[in-house]
Amino acid sequence: MSTLFLIQLLNGLQLGVLLFLLAAGLTLVFGIMDFVNLAHGSLYMIGAFICASLTFWTGSFVWGVVLAIPIVAGVGFLFEVIVVRHLYASNHLDHVLATFGIILIADTLVQLAWGPEGIAIPLPEYLSGQVEILPGIIFPTFRLVIISSGLLIAAGLYWLITYTKLGMLIRAGASNRTMVSALGVDIKTLFAGVFALGAVLAGIAGMLISPITEATIGMGNDIIITAFVVIIVGGIGSMKGAFIAAILIGIIDTLGRSFLKDILAVFIESASAETAGPALSSMLIYIIMAIVLALRPQGLFPPKVR
Amino acid sequence: MSVQEIPKELESHLKPPLLFGSGRGRVLTIFIMVLLFALPMLAWGMGNQFYLDFSSRIVCLAIAAVSLNLILGYGGLVSFGHAAFVGIGAYAVGIPAYHGYESAWLHFPLAMFAAALFALVTGAISLRTKGVYFIMITMAFAQMAYYFFLSLEEYGGDDGMTLWDRSDFGFIDISNKLTFFMLAYVLLAVCICLTFKIVHSRFGMVLRGCNSNEARMKALGYNTYAYRLTAYVISGAMCGLAGALIGNLQDFVTTDTMTWTRSGELMFMVILGGAGSLFGPVLGAIVFLLLEEILSAYTIHWHLPFGAFLIFCVLFVKGGMNGLVTRDWITGSKQGEK
Amino acid sequence: MSKTLLKVESLKKTFGGVVATDDVSFDVQLNEIHAVIGPNGAGKTTLITQLFGEQLPDAGSVFFQGENITRLATNKRSAKGLARSFQITSVFFDFSVLDNVALAVQAHKGHSFKFWQAATTEIELRQAAMDALHKVKLDKRASMKASELSHGERRQLEIAMALATNPVFLLLDEPMAGMGAEESASMFGLLKSLKEQRAILLVEHDMDVVFGLADRISVLVYGRLIATGTPDEIRRNPQVREAYLGEE
Repeated sequence: MSTLFLIQLLNGLQLGVLLFLLAAGLTLVFGIMDFVNLAHGSLYMIGAFICASLTFWTGSFVWGVVLAIPIVAGVGFLFEVIVVRHLYASNHLDHVLATFGIILIADTLVQLAWGPEGIAIPLPEYLSGQVEILPGIIFPTFRLVIISSGLLIAAGLYWLITYTKLGMLIRAGASNRTMVSALGVDIKTLFAGVFALGAVLAGIAGMLISPITEATIGMGNDIIITAFVVIIVGGIGSMKGAFIAAILIGIIDTLGRSFLKDILAVFIESASAETAGPALSSMLIYIIMAIVLALRPQGLFPPKVR
Repeated sequence: MSVQEIPKELESHLKPPLLFGSGRGRVLTIFIMVLLFALPMLAWGMGNQFYLDFSSRIVCLAIAAVSLNLILGYGGLVSFGHAAFVGIGAYAVGIPAYHGYESAWLHFPLAMFAAALFALVTGAISLRTKGVYFIMITMAFAQMAYYFFLSLEEYGGDDGMTLWDRSDFGFIDISNKLTFFMLAYVLLAVCICLTFKIVHSRFGMVLRGCNSNEARMKALGYNTYAYRLTAYVISGAMCGLAGALIGNLQDFVTTDTMTWTRSGELMFMVILGGAGSLFGPVLGAIVFLLLEEILSAYTIHWHLPFGAFLIFCVLFVKGGMNGLVTRDWITGSKQGEK
Repeated sequence: MSKTLLKVESLKKTFGGVVATDDVSFDVQLNEIHAVIGPNGAGKTTLITQLFGEQLPDAGSVFFQGENITRLATNKRSAKGLARSFQITSVFFDFSVLDNVALAVQAHKGHSFKFWQAATTEIELRQAAMDALHKVKLDKRASMKASELSHGERRQLEIAMALATNPVFLLLDEPMAGMGAEESASMFGLLKSLKEQRAILLVEHDMDVVFGLADRISVLVYGRLIATGTPDEIRRNPQVREAYLGEE
C-alpha cells in the first residue's frame, strides 16, 4: 500500500508539473494581456505533433524536443500577431469565442497535416527504462524526467520573473500597461514575446506527455479545463499560485482516482463504493475548486491589485 | 387592478413593450418564425422526413440558445457551461426511462428541476466571482457534470444509453416526428414569450441594469447577486427543458451533448444571432445548423471554414446577424428592439 | 438644534504601505452641505468608497443616524437612506432617461422579484421617476437614450437617480466636473435647493461652488483632514492656505 501510495504520489507530481507548464502560460497571458486563451490547449497539441514529426525525422526524441521548441515559439508568435493582437481591446466574451474558433481550426489543420490517428513517440532506450528510486520502489525513468524538467522550468520561470529585466517588464506590464509604454518599451513586441513564451511552455508539456499517451487530435481540449481549474484555485495571474495549485491538483486528482474507491469502501458498502468511487473521484478537483472559491473567491494567491 | 388615472405627461411614457419589437426587424422576425414552422410542414407534406428532423433540432437548440441569451445577452453573464444543463435535461429523460418510468410528466419537470438545482448550486459559487473567473468556473462545473455522467457505468458511461421509447405524454405521441416538432415549436414559443415577459419586467430591468453597470446598481440598493442567481436558475431550468427535448429527439442520451465545445457552440449561436435580442438566438441556431449542414456536406473538414467564420464574426460583425438586420447602414446606428 | 446624520470616526485605510485614509473623523448634519476638498490624490475617492462600503476601512467606524454601518453591504446602505452620484458619469447608457430613473425608484418601491408585468407600464414607478426628472429639469429628455444626452445632462441624470431613492444623505462626487458655465450655474441652484431635510456631502474641485454652497468645509491632504470649519474659517486657516490654496 505505502509503495503504491508513493508511486501514485510521484504520478500526481508528474501530472502536477504538466499542469503547471500549461497553467503558467495561461496565467502569464491573462495576467499581463488580460486575454483569455481557450486555444492554449491547441498549442499543447501542436507542440506534441511537431515534436513527433521531428523525432522521426532526426531519429531522436531529445532532438525532436529541442528543435520543436523554437517552432512552437514561432507558431505562438504568429498566432499572437495574426489574431490575438486584434482582440486585446475587446471583451472576454470575444476572446473566448475567437479562441474557440482557433481550436476548431487548429484541430482540423493538425488532422489535415498528420491524419486522424494518434502518433506514438518512441523514446530512446536510456529514457524508456525504469529505475529503482528507493529500495523496492521502481519508477519509469521518463516520468522522472518529466518531473525534473518541469521543476527545472518552474525554477527558470521564477528566476526570469524575479530577477531579469524582462521579468520586471512583465510584472510592470501586469500592473501598469501605460507606464511600460511610457518607458519606451515596445509593448507590442513584449506581448508577442510573452505569448510565445506561454506557447512554448504549453508546447513542452505536450511534447513531454505524448511519449506516454500519444499525440492525438484534441488532446489539449480536456486538459485545458483542468489547467483552468488550476489557475482559478491558484489565483489568476499569480505564478506562485499556479505552481502550488498545479502540484496540489495533480496529486489530488491522481490519488483520488486510485484510492478514493477504497477509502469509500471503509464507510459504505463496497457495491455502492464501486459506483460512487469513480463518480466522486472524477469530480474531486472540481469540488475542491468549488470549496476554495466559496472560501476565497479570488483563489488561494490572488495577485496584488493596485 | 384598480383603474388609475394616467397623468397626461406620462401617457407617452407608458407604452407596453412589443413582442416582435418596433424596428424594421419586426417583419423579418415574424417571417422567420412563420418560415421555421411552415417549411418543415411543407417538407413533411412532401414526404421528406429529413428536414422535419433537422428543423426539430434547430428548434430544440434554439430553446437552449434562448435560455443562454437570458443570462448572456440580457444579464451579461458569460456562462461557458450551458451544455451541462442540456446534458442534465437529457439524462433526466434517459435515467428514469432506463428504470421503466416513461411518463413525460415525470421527465420534463425532472429535467427542469435537476437543471435548476445544478444551476442554483454552481451559480451560487460561480456568481461570487466576476469576468474571466466566471467564464472558467462555469466551464469547469460543466466539465464536472460531464465527467460525472461519464463515470456512471450503469447508464452507459462512455457509450451513452439508447432511449427505447420517447417520453410518454399520454394525450400526444411524440414518437411521431411531426408531433414532436410541433411540441418543440410550441415550447420554443413559450420560452420566447417567457423571456420577453421576464426581460421587460421589474426583474428584467434589474438584470439588464446589472449588466450595464453593476456598481451603480449596488449603490442604488440592489443585491445584484440575488438577481443574477435567480436569472441563472431560470436559464438553467429552461435549458434543462431543451435537454429533455434533445434527448427525446436523438433517441439516445450521451455525454457528447455536454462537452464544453457544445457550450461554445451554444454561445456562438447566441452571439451570431445577436446577444440581448429576443429572437436573435433563434436566428443564430438556424444559421449555425444550416452552416454546419451545408459545410459538412462539402467536406469532412468543415470545422476549418467554420472556425474561420467564427473568428470573422467576432472581429467584424458586432451585434450579430440581428445587429446586421436592424442596423441602419446609413447612419451606422442600431435601431429596433431591445 | 442640528442633528448628526453621518459620523465618521478615525477611519483608516492603507494600500500596500501607502496610507490613503489616515485617521479621518468628521460628521455631516441635517440640512447641511459639507464639502470635502483637497488636491488630487488626497484620498477623496478612497474616503467615499469607504462611506458606501465599496471598500472596507482597515480601522475606524462609520455611523449613520447613530447606527454603525462600517461593514454593511453597499446595497443595504441605500435602504438606510444613503445615496451617491459618481465622479465618472455612471448611468445605464442603453436605457432611456426615464428608465434610468425608474430603475432607481424601483429599488425602493416594492420588491423587484416580479417577472410578469412590464416595468414600463407601472404608473407608480414612472410617475416617481418623472418627478425626480422634474427636480433636475430633465423631464423634456425623458424618452431619450441616456447615451444621447450631453455631458451636463448626464450629470443631472446622475443626481436625479440619486434623488429617486429618496435619500436622507446624499453624496455628490464632483457633480460639476466638465460642465460649462451655464450648466454649472443651474446645477448650483439645484444643489442649493436639495439640502432641505437632507445632508449632503459634496466633493468638488470648483472652489467658487464649494465656498458658495457649503456650510462647512473639510480639507483633506494626503489622506489626513487638516482642517474643518465654515468657509470663512477655512479661508483664514494658514495651514490650508499653505497646503492647498497657496498653490493657486
